[in-house]
Amino acid sequence: MAFLELSNLVKTFGANCVVKDFDLSIDRGELVSLLGPSGCGKTTVLRMVAGFETPTAGTIKIDGHDVTAQKPNERAIGLMFQAYALFPNMTVADNVAFGLKVKGVARAERDKVVVEMLRLIGLPDLGGRFPFQLSGGQQQRVALARALAVRPRLLLLDEPLSALDAKIRLSLRTEIREIQRELGITAIFVTHDQEEALSMSDRVVVMNGGIAEQIGTPFEVYSRPTTRFVATFVGTLNLFEAEAEGAGALRINGVTVRLPDEIEATRGGRLTVALRPESLHLGAGEVTLPATVEGLEFLGSILRIKARVAGTQIALDTFNRADAPPPAVGTKTLVSFAARDLVVLNA
Amino acid sequence: MSRIVAWATLIFGALFFLLPLIGMTEFSLKMRRGVYSFDAYIKVFEDPTFFATFGYSLTLAVITILFGIMLVMPTAYWVRLKLPQARPVVEFITLLPLLIPAIVIVFGYIRLYNTSSWLPLTGSAIGTDILLTMGYVTLAMPNMYRAVDTGLRTIDVVTLTEAAQSLGAGWFTIMMRVILPNVLVGVLSGAFLTLAIVIGEFTMAALLNRPAFGPFMQLLGANRAYEPPALAVIAFAITWACIGLIQLVTRFSKHERAKA
Ligand SMILES: Nc1ncnc2c1ncn2[C@@H]1O[C@H](COP(=O)(O)OP(=O)(O)O)[C@@H](O)[C@H]1O
Ligand SMILES: [Mg+2]
Repeated sequence: MAFLELSNLVKTFGANCVVKDFDLSIDRGELVSLLGPSGCGKTTVLRMVAGFETPTAGTIKIDGHDVTAQKPNERAIGLMFQAYALFPNMTVADNVAFGLKVKGVARAERDKVVVEMLRLIGLPDLGGRFPFQLSGGQQQRVALARALAVRPRLLLLDEPLSALDAKIRLSLRTEIREIQRELGITAIFVTHDQEEALSMSDRVVVMNGGIAEQIGTPFEVYSRPTTRFVATFVGTLNLFEAEAEGAGALRINGVTVRLPDEIEATRGGRLTVALRPESLHLGAGEVTLPATVEGLEFLGSILRIKARVAGTQIALDTFNRADAPPPAVGTKTLVSFAARDLVVLNA
Repeated sequence: MSRIVAWATLIFGALFFLLPLIGMTEFSLKMRRGVYSFDAYIKVFEDPTFFATFGYSLTLAVITILFGIMLVMPTAYWVRLKLPQARPVVEFITLLPLLIPAIVIVFGYIRLYNTSSWLPLTGSAIGTDILLTMGYVTLAMPNMYRAVDTGLRTIDVVTLTEAAQSLGAGWFTIMMRVILPNVLVGVLSGAFLTLAIVIGEFTMAALLNRPAFGPFMQLLGANRAYEPPALAVIAFAITWACIGLIQLVTRFSKHERAKA
């Protein structure tokens, strides 16, 4: 039995259907990311879970109880926003203690929790500061502490890192993940940054146009995308046009590829297949295609080769090795891949 | 060249405002022949009507302020939170008291609430006091609304409200602990402006025939020579004290300093 269950959620604003038939089950202690381009309805889903928007249809269950009709302040759900949302008139300690005060927790107990929370977020000495005296990263940490102080059943994070600069964003996402694991709290993390989603989630929901395109572990979503949208949105991808040769084989640029799994396709039907840059190799292999090197990009430990294969430019990643100098631009060479790395896209 | 023009304009402006003030103050000090004295001021303070009317107006001002805040703050907050598209309409309504003369409002009141009406407020002193207070609330509304709304603009009303709600807070807690403290400077400046308006108001108080400070000033001005300017100076001092208080409040609110 899942801890959080969203069933057939629909949300329309006027004639505009923003979330369509959205289903999601999250287990206790799981961190699930909603990943998708801006405007695809991520925030709307989150706001329905928090109670700020009423679903047009569908139900929201937490721990087996239907909370669809509950008010936001009755749901015991912690929130972290993109905008800095600390109460400007209160100190850091008062911000963190706010939820406990509302609950009527005694002062001594409150103080104890505040100390504990400030230690958890690594800012034990800043209790007396006001929000305007903190950096953006510190403010977001305090916002996290404030949300967690009341021990919410669920933590919702709506792009909490997108207003911060790159370095802080990186360290803070690790920290958020560690704190979430340590407390064992169930969380939904909204982001449009695929790296963020892949690196910190147990599962990722890839959304597009109000629909969950694919739900799976970061590994599944990255390696086995089921739709063209997921394949192109998550990570870099090379797409090839192919022609089916029956259920077990297809043909790319005149080269026949035997597939490990059967596909649904009629002979002669056109297909799109995809390959990750790291699934392509220089030199001959299981499936080999001729290529011309068109460009090189150094990405630190990775060397990304741009080459023209079967009329389209593809990206190929290899480890950068000091003893093997990269091929020169203009070189004619061979690239190869394993048939099992090929992803056949349904839509 | 432009500097000279700027200075000249400034000096002209200052003289325009200051000369009548200086003249009035000087005149108010000349009650005793040949020397400057505070006789006129002493006369004013010796008059029991001064304290009675001032006290009356002050009381009404305080009630006006409290009622005004209770009316305006939740309204301005709700409009910002839920009805942003209604803001122009609400703003226009709050501006109406500036467009409709007080005398029109008060005649409307007398017509609507006279002794033979369904709600005969003018029939008793306390009823008339209530009517007068409501009139003051109306007069103060343009300033009050703008002051509060400006305060609300400096915070992210929607996000702060949702943050507080997610932490379990109800509307009353949100209002008192989150919204009010953040717009307090705006509310207080609105309050002091209201105080200044109510203390000096003449039309409504006179037509409703209540013993307020405005009619007292008028009465004194019609019958005496030296006391009215003394009273005007006192009234000015009160107004300036209010402005000083607004400044002080702004200065001493800790978190507001960051925004400045
Ligand atoms: N209160 C609202 N009224 C009307 N349209 C809205 C409202 N909130 C969101 N939308 C629309 O719903 C769509 C999805 O918004 P949102 O959930 O914020 O997307 P995301 O968070 O994925 O960027 C957008 O096109 C947005 O304009
Ligand atoms: Mg969003």
